[in-house]
Amino acid sequence: MEPSKIADTLNSEFQGEVIAVKEFRGQTGVTLKKDKILQIARCLHDTPEFMFDYLRDLCGVDYKKIKTPRFEVVYNLYSMTHRHTIRLNVQVPDKEPIQSVVSVWKTADWHERECFDMYGIVFEGHPDLRRILMPEDWDGHPLRKDYPTAGPEDGEWGGFKEVLRKSEDFKKFGWYNKK
Amino acid sequence: MIIDGALGLVDVEEGIKAIPGANTIITTLDKVINWGRKSSLWPVTFGLACCAIEMMAAGSSHYDLDRLGIIFRGSPRQADCMIVAGTVTKKMAPIVRKVYDQMPEPKYVIAMGSCACTGNVYRTYSVVQGCDLFLPVDVYIPGCPPRPEALFDGIIKLQAIISKERMRWSPLK
Repeated sequence: MEPSKIADTLNSEFQGEVIAVKEFRGQTGVTLKKDKILQIARCLHDTPEFMFDYLRDLCGVDYKKIKTPRFEVVYNLYSMTHRHTIRLNVQVPDKEPIQSVVSVWKTADWHERECFDMYGIVFEGHPDLRRILMPEDWDGHPLRKDYPTAGPEDGEWGGFKEVLRKSEDFKKFGWYNKK
Repeated sequence: MIIDGALGLVDVEEGIKAIPGANTIITTLDKVINWGRKSSLWPVTFGLACCAIEMMAAGSSHYDLDRLGIIFRGSPRQADCMIVAGTVTKKMAPIVRKVYDQMPEPKYVIAMGSCACTGNVYRTYSVVQGCDLFLPVDVYIPGCPPRPEALFDGIIKLQAIISKERMRWSPLK
């Protein structure tokens, strides 16, 4: 099925959920509200004409100072059976959760954890929403636009401070004769 | 050739004398120990990023680190040299330090590549800005990544450092 037709079907099936449909270089992107994302995902996955059985990627975007709502969660879907593809851009305002799609695509598990780790977007209904890349006691969400690139000046991560302290402490055990 | 008057000693090298015909050399303990250490550097097999690929290339048959007496060891307890090959992240730093702490003395550290030396272009929240912040580095090898020849040069520099050491036999009081 043509991706634009899929977008049209979504528009008629879920009244008022589709904000815009964008076409660029043969790719179709559907901008959605966040409230019914789980139903839409279930529909795209289960309907025989769509059969989106493969979640290629799930990622977050921070649009701070560019547009509101601030965040977007992007789903890149592909159908192994029909070999068609579609992209869902779901708008998520700051400090608001979005439904998890782990019940539809198992692969979303780690993707949503990464998205939560990097952007702080909370996925409701996720079975195990922990950090995946950063240490568990890390402060903040590094890919947010207001996170300083070189890290906060005052708040060094405790685990690294511990390493520095240990390396200083252990100097007395070394066979140093060079300094 | 300089021949010592009384015993007929011959200067072989600076600090090493030989008795001609007796198959005997006279030198300091430092010289013998340092010679042994520098001729059998055993680095721990430990790579963090793309520099490790270059380190593996240096270790394999074309470049052949074995001819310098360098044999990679799978356990830090059998190693006396650590080649920090790659980007050290803050999350990895405690593990790197633990590997270093498990090595028996005397131990040496080579920072291989720009990331291990200074953090390279990664002036970011997650990358350690040089592994010398928490490790006593002996030799720095710049490059991104350094070629195996550069690693060899670094190792030869480390051997030169080892051969000049004096009384490195116990913790300094």
